[in-house]
Amino acid sequence: MVSLSKQSMMAQLLNSSFTPTTRGLRRQSIPSITQTTSRKSQIQAKIREIFMPALSSTMTEGKIVSWVKSEGDKLAKGESVVVVESDKADMDVETFYDGYLAAIMVEEGGVAAVGSAIALLAETEDEIAQALSKAKEQSSSSSSPAPPPPPPAETTIPDPVPVATVVKAAPVTVVASTHPASDGGKRIVASPYAKKLAKELNVDLSGVVGTGPMGRIVAKDVEAAAVSSVAAAAESAKPISAAPGVELGSVVPFTTMQGAVSRNMVESLGVPTFRVGYTITTDALDALYKKIKPKGVTMTALLAKATALALAKHPVVNSSCRDGKSFTYNSSINIAVAVAIDGGLITPVLQNADKVDIYSLSRNWKELVEKARAKQLQPQEYSTGTFTLSNLGMFGVDRFDAILPPGTGAIMAVGASQPTVVATKDGRIGMKSQMQVNVTADHRVIYGADLAQFLQTLAKIIEDPKDLTF
Amino acid sequence: MHSLISASPISSLFEPYASHTALPSSPAPFSLRFCGLRREVLQLSQPKYRVVSGSLKKTGNYVTAASSGSNGSPLKSFDYDLVIIGAGVGGHGAALHAVEKGLKTAIIEGDVIGGTCVNRGCVPSKALLAVSGRMRELQDEHHMKALGIQVSGAGYNRQAVADHASNLASKIRNNLTNSLTALGVDILTGFGSILGPQKVKYGKDNVITAKDIIIATGSVPFVPKGIEVDGKTVVTSDHALKLEFVPEWIAIVGSGYIGLEFSDVYTALGSEVTFIEALDQLMPGFDPEIGKLAQRVLINPRKIDYHTGVFASKITPAKNGKPVIIELIDAKTKEQKETLEIDAALIATGRAPFTKGLGLENINVETQRGFVPVDERMRVIDAKGNLVPHLYCIGDANGKLMLAHAASAQGISVVEQVSGKDHVLNHLSVPAACFTHPEISMVGLTEPQAKEKAKKEKFKISVAKTSFKANTKALAENEGEGLAKLIYRPDTGEILGVHILGLHAADLIHEASNAMALGMRIQDLKFAVHAHPTLSEVLDELFKSAQVNVEERKPVAV
Repeated sequence: MVSLSKQSMMAQLLNSSFTPTTRGLRRQSIPSITQTTSRKSQIQAKIREIFMPALSSTMTEGKIVSWVKSEGDKLAKGESVVVVESDKADMDVETFYDGYLAAIMVEEGGVAAVGSAIALLAETEDEIAQALSKAKEQSSSSSSPAPPPPPPAETTIPDPVPVATVVKAAPVTVVASTHPASDGGKRIVASPYAKKLAKELNVDLSGVVGTGPMGRIVAKDVEAAAVSSVAAAAESAKPISAAPGVELGSVVPFTTMQGAVSRNMVESLGVPTFRVGYTITTDALDALYKKIKPKGVTMTALLAKATALALAKHPVVNSSCRDGKSFTYNSSINIAVAVAIDGGLITPVLQNADKVDIYSLSRNWKELVEKARAKQLQPQEYSTGTFTLSNLGMFGVDRFDAILPPGTGAIMAVGASQPTVVATKDGRIGMKSQMQVNVTADHRVIYGADLAQFLQTLAKIIEDPKDLTF
Repeated sequence: MHSLISASPISSLFEPYASHTALPSSPAPFSLRFCGLRREVLQLSQPKYRVVSGSLKKTGNYVTAASSGSNGSPLKSFDYDLVIIGAGVGGHGAALHAVEKGLKTAIIEGDVIGGTCVNRGCVPSKALLAVSGRMRELQDEHHMKALGIQVSGAGYNRQAVADHASNLASKIRNNLTNSLTALGVDILTGFGSILGPQKVKYGKDNVITAKDIIIATGSVPFVPKGIEVDGKTVVTSDHALKLEFVPEWIAIVGSGYIGLEFSDVYTALGSEVTFIEALDQLMPGFDPEIGKLAQRVLINPRKIDYHTGVFASKITPAKNGKPVIIELIDAKTKEQKETLEIDAALIATGRAPFTKGLGLENINVETQRGFVPVDERMRVIDAKGNLVPHLYCIGDANGKLMLAHAASAQGISVVEQVSGKDHVLNHLSVPAACFTHPEISMVGLTEPQAKEKAKKEKFKISVAKTSFKANTKALAENEGEGLAKLIYRPDTGEILGVHILGLHAADLIHEASNAMALGMRIQDLKFAVHAHPTLSEVLDELFKSAQVNVEERKPVAV
């Protein structure tokens, strides 16, 4: 290997800076996976990008199987840095430069196109920080070579609160393991899988109470610790996330949107509302969702669709009372879905949700959410709802009730679907996933029996959801 | 079959548990998990062979003459032409071949027909592995989903799984017994020992004479000192195969074939596993590249952790409400390192030859660390370095290559010799396999061994590789994980070693091992046709990708 001592040579010789170790594999072209990030200045040139190599002629993208090295590790020429899976094989990719692995840009399990940057290599330790900031810059810019983050999965409301998914165990839970062999807490006894999970979930085992045999820490203890710390973090995250820009003790006037929300809420007090709740089994819906999720279908779209189909059978629930004297039967079923956005709440509307097929509905929803986030929704896209859905299930809320938006007849509050022990009709005890829904309606036009029948229909549709995909 | 009890044994005996110092300073004795695959190790462990090598040919002639006794005048008439002590796979293979050669044959067994392999080794372990393979597949939702299959909650009944293993063992045992009796081999019951030249005692006081005698007494699990085996919470493979309980957490001492296969079984049945390995890396016997992939496929994604570079200096079974306690010391410094408290421990540190009470002193033979010294024709060597006439030793008892099929091959080789045809078994062409999911198999040299040999003998080696990801059948099965690797001489096309990790690797290796046994060259193998689409195309591709720089001969017949 040519030693590249002079920076000026680098541009020409970049191609051979990284190669996979297994050169014997057939049909393999020698990849080029590093390149200086910038040729503008000599100093910057010392930070090199590590690119996804082309491990075979047919390879278009590669998956990072594992990073052999961690950020900050010193790399010596010829050492394996990363294991890449192509369409044909897993291969170790080694470096032909000495330096430091400054920043990993595509995590393990991530996929990157051939030729896109997967990490940064700094020549000296001092440049790591510089490389890190560069990595950040790249991943935040739209032209980031890293794969896009997975689309928001089951969230019906894009979550604006930065809830950390993985946080170290909250200090509250720090209790020494009661394992007799733990030498009074000096030694942690944890099963192999518990240790593996702890590493994955970033849980500090010293803070986990073992419930396994002899008080050893087992996998479920680690999972419990991870969940409780997330919950704790979610709690503590709120004041923290609210902190920037909020001066405690000050008075901040409403924004336009908040003003509108306030007016609407007060106005809603003039409407005589009542509430009817229902528990719906969601096993079949969950299974359907799993099946069609790869086709881009979201849970929000599924719920909206189910609601719209039920409304089609009960037009009165889709009606409203505008003047206090008459029913207004809406000609179309437009499902508004409440979305929390920065500094407020908005209700993008899925038009004709009973008629539009589930795939188009899902696509429409994604567009609406993107627009809502960018605050680019047009009035007809958020003000034409005839029935509103509000879902707080993703926060673990099991039930709540909603305030009826003025001008509509009903709003449905959807709680989380949770595994529940139930007695079945044949006298057995079984486990089913159930969610609670609670409809708030204007009693001037919608009566208790109407809502009850509507909910019964909705439950039937959700419990046997084959009609949702038609 | 064969893997479970076969391989790692020797390695452990090389490790300081046993008389490590007795071993001459071989360049890298630890790099070898099954002894005998490398010739230099054989020679080093049997230095006396060289001393007597001068007289070898003469003795060889003598044997030939004696075996054709019918046309000569034998000193006296014998009860049998051939008596085999031990009815394991080695003894069975020898007996069957002896009958084919027209020899009057008896086989002595003090325990059960079938020996370790059939009763406490390869056979029952394959039953457990068949279960673990299916469990693993059914539990792998992702894999099932990718195939479009929906399965709800796979479970197992421990006793039924255990019964499957014991039923299989007894079925194979019956088959073996029937095949012997059907062919007219006398099965003599009782422990056999050698009284003197060509004279054997079995049972209490039955004495028989035989023109030739084969020792095939096999081996037993090796338990290093400091480890207390109670058969319940601290067990060897003998106990573990009965699957009397599936612990939540089990330590496996030794990460050779036996340990690795058991880790596959236990993790599939829901246990968590901790490996304890004396060497610095897991699975040290494998080709390093295969070992690395095996770690990635068989260890990392499973509920397994490990301690390497440590000995289990003391293991106490669970009692009085306390768990199994394992004390670990650093393999090099011998410093106390850690104490583990676990539900159970499986000792898979290898196997020790079962040669006590054989009466070897009557013919002046001294065992070496328990092994019966033999030459390359399995002829027993006495304390003075001379060959003992008419006495052979095959299988685990000689320690050359502790694999059931190697024992059988050695037995056949001996029968060839005693029936008048010289024969030397090429141990380098004996394949070995580990029946994990996916399987691992190999034949010949590893890459480092081949490099060493190439350096010594001044030739070049090349390596070719193919991936299961490029194989249609493997992809159809959604089992693309795997690698096949060929180490060869580019100047001659000679195969030095083949290593496979992937779906059905144990079945795939034979194309390579047969080619090696028959001396076939890659440039000829390239023209052999493989059915499409089959896994065998992995090897096809491997051969085709090799670059041999000799003038290619024309295919013999196409």
